[in-house]
Amino acid sequence: MSNSSDWPLWEVFIRSKQGLNHKHVGSLRAPDAQLAIENARDVYTRRSEGISIWVVESNNLFASDPQDSDAFFEPSESKVYRHPTFYDVPDGISHM
Amino acid sequence: MKEISLVDLENRFQKKVDSEIRIEPNDWMPEEYRRTLIRQISQHAHSEVVGMLPEGNWITRAPNLRRKAVLLAKVQDEAGHGLYLYSAVETLGADREQTIDDLHSGKAKYSSIFNYPTPTWADMGAIGWLVDGAAIMNQVPLCRCSYGPYARAMVRVCKEESFHQRQGFEIMTVLAQGTPEQKAMAQDALDRFWWPALMMFGPNDDESKHSKQSMKWKIKRFSNDDLRQQFVDVTVPQAKLIGLTIPDPDLKWNEKTGHYEFGEINWDEFWQVVEGNGPCNFDRIKARKDAKEKGMWVRKAASAHAAKRAARKTA
Amino acid sequence: MNSLFEYLLRIGDDSLILGQRLSELCGHGPILEEDIATTNISLDLIGQATNLLTYAAEVENLGRDADNLAFMRIDREYKNVVLVEQPNGDFGDTMMRQFLFDAFRKLFFERLQQSKDFQLAAIAEKSLKETRYHLKHSSEWVIRLGDGTEESHSRVQHSLNTLWRYRAELFFMDEVDNELINKGIAVDLKTFRNEYDSFVSTILNEATLNPPAQNWEFGSGRKGKHSEHLGHLLAEMQYMQRTYPNMEW
Repeated sequence: MSNSSDWPLWEVFIRSKQGLNHKHVGSLRAPDAQLAIENARDVYTRRSEGISIWVVESNNLFASDPQDSDAFFEPSESKVYRHPTFYDVPDGISHM
Repeated sequence: MKEISLVDLENRFQKKVDSEIRIEPNDWMPEEYRRTLIRQISQHAHSEVVGMLPEGNWITRAPNLRRKAVLLAKVQDEAGHGLYLYSAVETLGADREQTIDDLHSGKAKYSSIFNYPTPTWADMGAIGWLVDGAAIMNQVPLCRCSYGPYARAMVRVCKEESFHQRQGFEIMTVLAQGTPEQKAMAQDALDRFWWPALMMFGPNDDESKHSKQSMKWKIKRFSNDDLRQQFVDVTVPQAKLIGLTIPDPDLKWNEKTGHYEFGEINWDEFWQVVEGNGPCNFDRIKARKDAKEKGMWVRKAASAHAAKRAARKTA
Repeated sequence: MNSLFEYLLRIGDDSLILGQRLSELCGHGPILEEDIATTNISLDLIGQATNLLTYAAEVENLGRDADNLAFMRIDREYKNVVLVEQPNGDFGDTMMRQFLFDAFRKLFFERLQQSKDFQLAAIAEKSLKETRYHLKHSSEWVIRLGDGTEESHSRVQHSLNTLWRYRAELFFMDEVDNELINKGIAVDLKTFRNEYDSFVSTILNEATLNPPAQNWEFGSGRKGKHSEHLGHLLAEMQYMQRTYPNMEW
């Protein structure tokens, strides 16, 4: 790696304004985290799209397998009691 | 585990596409779908990056500070667009540098329009107005492409590109209303870029080899000829408005269809340019190759430095 | 002579000429990400030049505007330092030129923010934010290249050897400065020469680079005497305005 011309791939996450989560926007190539952040600034925030940047080397990112998505995500669909609309509230009650 | 047949997988895939569910990087997809996307997205990325060159030709000679800054920002955007697209290609498991090497070797194509020279300042107007105009027409439907990362990249690109066409049309308008010399310069640029701009939509539908499958996969939403017609219909009145003449003697309005009829495109020229025989193919590829080769020591240095740092940290 | 006008030209021309130089690289960077970064720096500099030359034209009050100043002067009337007109060379030359310049500009704008001339102070404040980023970028690259491979080290050492002689001119001062320093408008450059030298040597040290022994200081750009390179740069930059004078674009 030390003499390679291939820079590793980094995933870029941008917080667009205070109060919002960082959101994945894309990727880029950089030799180190410092330059990855600087490049992300120049590539992904040219129009003031962000106030904070995270970069993660793509190698270090682990994802759930879409093949497992049934097992992963469908069980929660039956847990309707987690949502407030599941409950009846008598008329006249507000702020709940 | 239950074995799923290829046919089942393909059917499920097509059903997803048909019901407008986006395909994401790790989802199962037909190999041909993947190959088609890699080819199309990397060609698109190459077009953005090679497309920097004809306009880059005028940055240092832009006529005033405002035009210089605008042109510089625009060409920089194209680099950014190239990057968004390479980023989308990489989600498909393709290596960006490999696709770039394919460009340099002539294996991968890019939009033929960028093989035409930009001898005058008015060409900056013509490119923004016509070439970006045609590109936007192609790209807006791609924002709904079935492949998620490509669609998202296109949303970004389209958002940023809206100023590109306007600045081009503004340049043309100022020239068309300027001195006779300036007006002649604008007309000359329109004369040279009109037909190549129409060629940007690709071959006629019956000649287009990937079209049908791409429509079925919802990579593509409209046919080449439909998009071309749409482009002619919106652009002709714009030319009239600023007093320039479209260089096509056969151009006429058809009351019945509600569309403009236009002359035959010179497809020999189109294929010649695609095959590498356009006026600037050689220069464009050479410029890109030089940039990579002359920058190789820089890339290596940065990698070496990063490795040294990492080693010092663990030591 | 109008000292404030002259002073604004000096600062503005530095931005203009370096911005023009960097703009030559758009589309030709060593890697796409860096192409975008360099262009950003160029855009910042052209923006600074526009602000400074607009103000200069106002101060001069002879009916010229920023574009007249940028595009219609002869080479002797440009007051930038010789450093910024040096050709881009390879990436090492470009970054070393940028680094020697940015290190000066950051310290300069920090002080110019205090100017009693409010417009100048406001331009300095905005430019400082940009310059901080430029300096971060260029100094990190000097370190990467210096402490990278054998090849990059020897290349960027060569860049340093050729550009080192031009840095001293950044601290040039004459009666223009003195008059404006007395009025609280200009920055006394002597006050941060040591800080500049020590910052530069810290970075060069980290980059394992050695400044050349020769300490001959020259450069007369502030007086309008330039290297051979400026004429070519102007020929290109001024082409449209010279060929088609008095037209709107």
